[in-house]
Amino acid sequence: MKFFDNHKKLFGTATIMFVGLTLLVAIIPAINNQQKNRPLPDAEEMSPEAVKGKVVFIANGCVACHTQQVRNVEMDKTWGSRPGLPADYAGIKRTDFWRNTATLMGTERTGPDLTDIGNRQPSLDWNLVHLYNPRIVVKESVMPAYPWLFTTREQASASDVVVNVPEAYKKGKEGTVVATEDALHLVAYLQFLKQTPLPGNNAPEFLYTREGKETVGSGNTPGEMDGKALYIANCQACHQANGEGLPGAFPPLKGSSIVTGNNLQLYVDIILNGYDARPEYGAMAPVGANLGWTEHEVAAIINYERSNWGNDGEKVSPEEIKEIMEFIQQQTK
Amino acid sequence: MKIPFSLSILMLVAGVYPATGQTMSPSDFTFHSAKTWIILAFIITIILLVASVALREKVAALRKHYRIKRKEENRTELEDYIHHLNSSQIETILKCRGKKKVANLPVVFIFLLGILNVNIAAAQSGNRSLLGEGGIIITLILVLVPILVGLFLLFIKITNALNRQKNELRLKEAEKLSDYLKELPEEADTALKKRKAALDYSLTHSELSGNQPAEDVKGLLNINRSAGLPVVAVKKKALPRPHIDPALSRLVLWYLACATFWLLFGTTVGEYIGIKFVAPDADHLSWLSFGRLRPVHTNSVFWGWASLGMLGLGYYVVPRVSNAPLASMKMAWWALYLINAAVIAGTICLMVGINNGGGEYREYIWPVMLLFGVGLGLTLMNYIRTIAKRTTREIYISNWYIVAAVIFTIVISLAAYIPYWQNGLGETIIQGYYMHQGVGMWFMLFTLGIVYYFLPQQLNKPIYSYSLGILAFWTQILFYTLIGTHHFVFSSIPWWLQTVAIVGSAGMAIPVIAGTTNFLMTFKGAWYKINDSYTLPFFLVGIIFYFTGSMQGTAEAFRFTNLIWHFTDFTVAHSHLTMYGIICFFLWACIYAVVPRLTGREAPQITIGAHFWLALIGLLFYSIPLMYGGTLRGMMWLEGKPFIESVTMMAPYWLWRAIGGSLMWLSHLFFAYNIYKMLTSKYTVDIREAAIRKLQEQTNMESSPVT
Repeated sequence: MKFFDNHKKLFGTATIMFVGLTLLVAIIPAINNQQKNRPLPDAEEMSPEAVKGKVVFIANGCVACHTQQVRNVEMDKTWGSRPGLPADYAGIKRTDFWRNTATLMGTERTGPDLTDIGNRQPSLDWNLVHLYNPRIVVKESVMPAYPWLFTTREQASASDVVVNVPEAYKKGKEGTVVATEDALHLVAYLQFLKQTPLPGNNAPEFLYTREGKETVGSGNTPGEMDGKALYIANCQACHQANGEGLPGAFPPLKGSSIVTGNNLQLYVDIILNGYDARPEYGAMAPVGANLGWTEHEVAAIINYERSNWGNDGEKVSPEEIKEIMEFIQQQTK
Repeated sequence: MKIPFSLSILMLVAGVYPATGQTMSPSDFTFHSAKTWIILAFIITIILLVASVALREKVAALRKHYRIKRKEENRTELEDYIHHLNSSQIETILKCRGKKKVANLPVVFIFLLGILNVNIAAAQSGNRSLLGEGGIIITLILVLVPILVGLFLLFIKITNALNRQKNELRLKEAEKLSDYLKELPEEADTALKKRKAALDYSLTHSELSGNQPAEDVKGLLNINRSAGLPVVAVKKKALPRPHIDPALSRLVLWYLACATFWLLFGTTVGEYIGIKFVAPDADHLSWLSFGRLRPVHTNSVFWGWASLGMLGLGYYVVPRVSNAPLASMKMAWWALYLINAAVIAGTICLMVGINNGGGEYREYIWPVMLLFGVGLGLTLMNYIRTIAKRTTREIYISNWYIVAAVIFTIVISLAAYIPYWQNGLGETIIQGYYMHQGVGMWFMLFTLGIVYYFLPQQLNKPIYSYSLGILAFWTQILFYTLIGTHHFVFSSIPWWLQTVAIVGSAGMAIPVIAGTTNFLMTFKGAWYKINDSYTLPFFLVGIIFYFTGSMQGTAEAFRFTNLIWHFTDFTVAHSHLTMYGIICFFLWACIYAVVPRLTGREAPQITIGAHFWLALIGLLFYSIPLMYGGTLRGMMWLEGKPFIESVTMMAPYWLWRAIGGSLMWLSHLFFAYNIYKMLTSKYTVDIREAAIRKLQEQTNMESSPVT
């Protein structure tokens, strides 16, 4: 064609076509979304520590392995109670003069999604130990260790946050491991990462629901749930696969008087609402409450913990647990 | 970084065992089942049966032979033997008959054979009734083994004896034949002589060529008298071409040399982070941690290796197909400096922890990317000004692709780095657009442009269809621009935008099929050239991956496949199949085609072959396990299995990835060596050239040596 024998016309046409399509599928939708969406009314303001922690998160390229998006498909229900919405990201603005906005949605899930990690794993102690070397608490983990976020002191001062690192992981360094500001900020950021509840109760539904098989956290099934799977997914990171916990950080469940004893009410309360009564151990998060567990999950977990690692406790029924849960709820009100 | 390399290798090897254990489902074979024993007994019976039948046949044949020989009617048979004698045999016979001597044949004793009555069925008695008990089974085996070995030996003995018997008979017959030969009348000699003459007849080998000495008047023959036995298949040498402006040569070579450096650097980093999946505690240095090195790897192979490689080849192609000199050599050099500076600065920034915000391939902060952008701007001006000076009327299709790629990439970079539409979800929408346009409009479009020049050149025939190329060009712009957001299917970006991306991905089938058809049809009728070319195999692999890799991308974009594959290592495998399988293989093909023309030196074929095979096999080892493991991982997530189980499940596949990655990395060492050989080879005296020069000096002639 003669038209295309003119380089100005040829490249002009191609450019116009490309720029036009770019406007249609990228620039205009981007501007549109930027103007239209507003953060949720209940969205928490980021603390200055969390803001600094996010910078640490970006600098270390954590987004390479951790997504921050709960897709509207059933399989993502593990990562949050509702699908992500444009409003969840609406408050994120340009980081600074040098750096672009970081929604950190990510494209790889080599490690877990972090959208709701603040609810799932809020423990400062656990996060610090895990950052020092993930394999202290999760043996199978392939996450990098971040020892440069910590220093070793001969004597920790009162203001220092001491991290209980087993000797084997200290690589011959003497002294106590202390978290730097960066580590504390990073944990502050991780603790900040929580799904904001929606006003009213009209969250969009998850698609591609699994038929037949019930999922963790959706509770209305009769019959027994898989206590082992629940334990692996929600408890094992601290209490470990062998139920022995980590000395100085997380208490053992093996032979624990709470697990095998008679005070079922305390046991259920800890699972639902967490525990911080023993100074020698880190605080436990309200795991059950965060994940909206019903009596079925709680009973399955209790039965798993009571019948493993040599524990020999009485079996409980969901009905029993339901009663206790209702009682606890009345008490806290 | 004191992780011993050997240690990681050891860990790789140690992990192979779980790998095989995990991937293969064990068969249900067991020695505890009665079925197994029945089958074994059955097999033994069959073997014994076959053996007995074979023996029976042999004995029968022997007995038949005896019976026939008893009748003395073998006169005609002896004549038959004479008829089948060859020339030298006839000669010996004639000699013997001439001497009238009796040749005594040795006499061999006959071994008499006792008749063996092998009761085969007896051997298998009893092993069917007593099954199930371990002790009895073991006893049976212990008993059965010597019996079977004995039977086997017996069979061999019998066969040998029968064979001896047969030879004995043949010797007897030979004796008869020699007697017969002796008794033949005199006139038989003439007949035999005649027969010998007939057998000895042969052509003179000069019936067609005549008796003139051969002469190569047209210089078609080039015989190497001292050729050794080649280790690799001998491929054609690059043809000497008309001279290229040495300044342009130098420029292109510098681009390619820098590209090679970044390939080595980037894939060394990639190899190391691949190993980190297997050995996460390999080092504990912040600069070398996974999250910081991953973008260092991707960005240096993108902006360092592939971009500089493409631009360098572009600086060769654009002036060539425009039939005009490059507009500005100075600008081209500046572009090279700026892009190298961008990759160096970007790498350092990422390693110290200065990251633009984590969007893939957008990790360089804007001042760094600005260097790259200015480099591209200079290149664009240079290319367009060269094309404006062209002496051909039309613009060859290569230039369509190349210049469009540069324009689009500038647009893409502006869209990605201008801050006015980057807040909230805006960032995500732009990110989806950017990361895929970067791949498809920069690397793919530019590389296609180069291939449209080098593939026909290497095949020495025009491109199959110009219009298919044009169709692919416009449809690529139309569909590819739409597909970016398919990286965020099911995320909170607008549903309609996701659907547009999926439709666009399906539409990509048009340019991909058009392009593939065009390339393959160009090959048509010239497939035989692959055998003696070392560039064409690279092209072919590139074409195959262009089709499979791109269509895989389309398949991945659909909603259901997104459920299984998104977020898993399947994506990583896909990006390597395309960036490596398509872009790298095409670039290597073109580099091996062009550099010998610029320098007049070629790389050793054996190292080019090593590069090709290691890269190809490495890529397959890398990507297939990741695709398989990625699929399994997605399925586990769909089933709601605990996340950590999906991590341990991936371990063997990550190991295979590290192994494949090591092979790929090794192939790059060969490539770098080849580049080195093509750029600089040691000066050796060319005897012919030197002799001519000497002669010229002696005769005081002032002409330059012939090249």
